[in-house]
Amino acid sequence: MKLLSVRGVSKRFGGLQALEDVSFDVPQGAIKALIGPNGAGKTTLFNLISGFLRPDQGSVVFGGTEVLGLAPHQIAARGMARTFQQIRLFPRMTVLENILVGRHLHSRGGFLACMLNLPFTRKEERGIRETGSEILDFLGLSGQADAEAVHLPYGQQRMVELGRALACEPRILLLDEPAAGLNIRETAEMGRLISRIRGRNVTVLLVEHDMSLVMDISDDIVVLSYGQKIAEDKAHAIQKDPEVIRVYLGEGDA
Amino acid sequence: MRGRYLPVAAFAGLIVAIQMATHFTGSGYHLTQLTMSAYYSLLAIGLCLLVGYAGQISLGHAGFFAIGGYITALLTTHDLSSRAGGASRWLAKAGILSFRIDLYGGELLTVHPWVACLVAVLATVGIAYAVGGPVLKLKGHYLAMATLGFGVIIYRIVLGTEFLGAADGISEVPPFAILPGLEVSGKAALRVPNYYLAWGLVIAGMVLLLNLIHSREGRALSSIHGAEDAAEAMGIPTARYKLSAFALSAAFAGLAGVLLTHYNGGIGPSEASVMKSVRYVAIVAIGGMANLWGTLLMSLLLNYLSLRGYFGTYDDAVFGAILILIMLFAPGGLLRRDLLEEVRDVFRGNGEKAS
Ligand SMILES: Nc1ncnc2c1ncn2[C@@H]1O[C@H](COP(=O)(O)OP(=O)(O)OP(=O)(O)O)[C@@H](O)[C@H]1O
Ligand SMILES: [Mg+2]
Repeated sequence: MKLLSVRGVSKRFGGLQALEDVSFDVPQGAIKALIGPNGAGKTTLFNLISGFLRPDQGSVVFGGTEVLGLAPHQIAARGMARTFQQIRLFPRMTVLENILVGRHLHSRGGFLACMLNLPFTRKEERGIRETGSEILDFLGLSGQADAEAVHLPYGQQRMVELGRALACEPRILLLDEPAAGLNIRETAEMGRLISRIRGRNVTVLLVEHDMSLVMDISDDIVVLSYGQKIAEDKAHAIQKDPEVIRVYLGEGDA
Repeated sequence: MRGRYLPVAAFAGLIVAIQMATHFTGSGYHLTQLTMSAYYSLLAIGLCLLVGYAGQISLGHAGFFAIGGYITALLTTHDLSSRAGGASRWLAKAGILSFRIDLYGGELLTVHPWVACLVAVLATVGIAYAVGGPVLKLKGHYLAMATLGFGVIIYRIVLGTEFLGAADGISEVPPFAILPGLEVSGKAALRVPNYYLAWGLVIAGMVLLLNLIHSREGRALSSIHGAEDAAEAMGIPTARYKLSAFALSAAFAGLAGVLLTHYNGGIGPSEASVMKSVRYVAIVAIGGMANLWGTLLMSLLLNYLSLRGYFGTYDDAVFGAILILIMLFAPGGLLRRDLLEEVRDVFRGNGEKAS
């Protein structure tokens, strides 16, 4: 069963065709990777899927309904979470607080109830914090719970962003270069975390330049180049695709 | 979290200690300015939520204060007895209108202060929603300019409208009997109860706001401040949250305007002036932006000093200067919550990077 379906999506920025007629599906439970040289349009595609940009053409169906035209928060509410290529943690908030924000969609107390600290909001807050510390455990960041998130080392910031997205308990998780800027050890750790996410019943769509990470964890791979899909196949088959080899060797980028 | 309420108890202790001190030194007249300062503080802490936590600047909050104050002043002074038909008699029976004797012994029929207060606060919130809807789509200094424009409009309206008293404002606003035996009024005999009433309300407001900032809703507001796109990605409807924070802070401002108007027995156009709005933002800034306690303490201190005339003719200039200096040297606010840590870092010799 396909959870996400991208159909004929195009996007133009002035004179630049950032995406042209891109289509692919992400089956439920899969880890799908989206690769391509710099400027291929991967982040733009993420922004279209998650509602941050409107495409010029095409459709995005998520969980059986069209999500094009919805605001990002509405798409998030349907079960999509994402991380950002440029890390977007909440400044002036601790690591734990950053992750607690991820529980927003799974709690309900309004302004008035929270101001009055009603019993049900207190109970809800306990639940939010329990899940928060569970996720910190999962990330191995319990020791940093009270550190200001934006002051952590870069690798840990990426983990916090991942944890914050996981706190949303999404059906699909969009990860934009989760290993960018990480050292070898951190990259391996990130790969392990992403694989374990699948065990949480989360489908993953992954943009990543680190090929060994991509080959390790993904089932299927979509290759973009200059806004066009040039290949889509199983991970092991993609490595042998002549077009993909040409693009990657031609760009001198892998 | 018990820790949240400990400072509340300490602050209540401070309020009692100040009253005791004025009592034993025979300087009870200070309580008048301290009471006025409390009502301004009610506005300041509401604005702190909006500016400091949600990160949305407003240079128009004196406008909301004035809207609250002017509506209650108008409703509680406008004599309806000349058209005392059956309807107004019925309204008087229902407690919506009330008879009272004015300074010259004539009988007045005006809107009851409780009703006026309710109408004033609701109207303030309504206007905040109407203005905030379009204006909060703007960011940064565009938002600052738009709210400034709103403040200027309100100022010109109250200054130029005859039935709002134009430059004189509205006077002879009656006391507001909140409970039997407890009224908001500037009568010297009621100085102490009014002082406690005003600061009691501020403390209640603080408890509400402290609860809010430690909840999911407060975190949602702070997340908008830090990274609006990431907040959206977490499913937070950022536009709605900004508007709610704007309306809530306007409600605090409107209520403050209502109560101070009854306390002073009147209101004038200076309450709507842009310099008042600048002053409130300066207080939030020196209080540390996202720091309710810092804002409250600075508001208590600076409003008191200002009302006692310590700043003389430079009153407005002092607040303008505070704002400029903070924007230049501590754009994150002065009494920031992480200030202590940073000072410690400096002493440890690794504080080169102050953000
Ligand atoms: N908001 C925008 N306005 C104009 N051009 C844009 C915008 N966003 C992206 N682009 C351009 O669109 C093209 C695709 O950008 P995109 O960020 O999607 O690439 P990418 O595949 O994510 O690359 P990278 O691997 O470097 O992250 C680039 O040429 C980029 O400069
Ligand atoms: Mg990118």
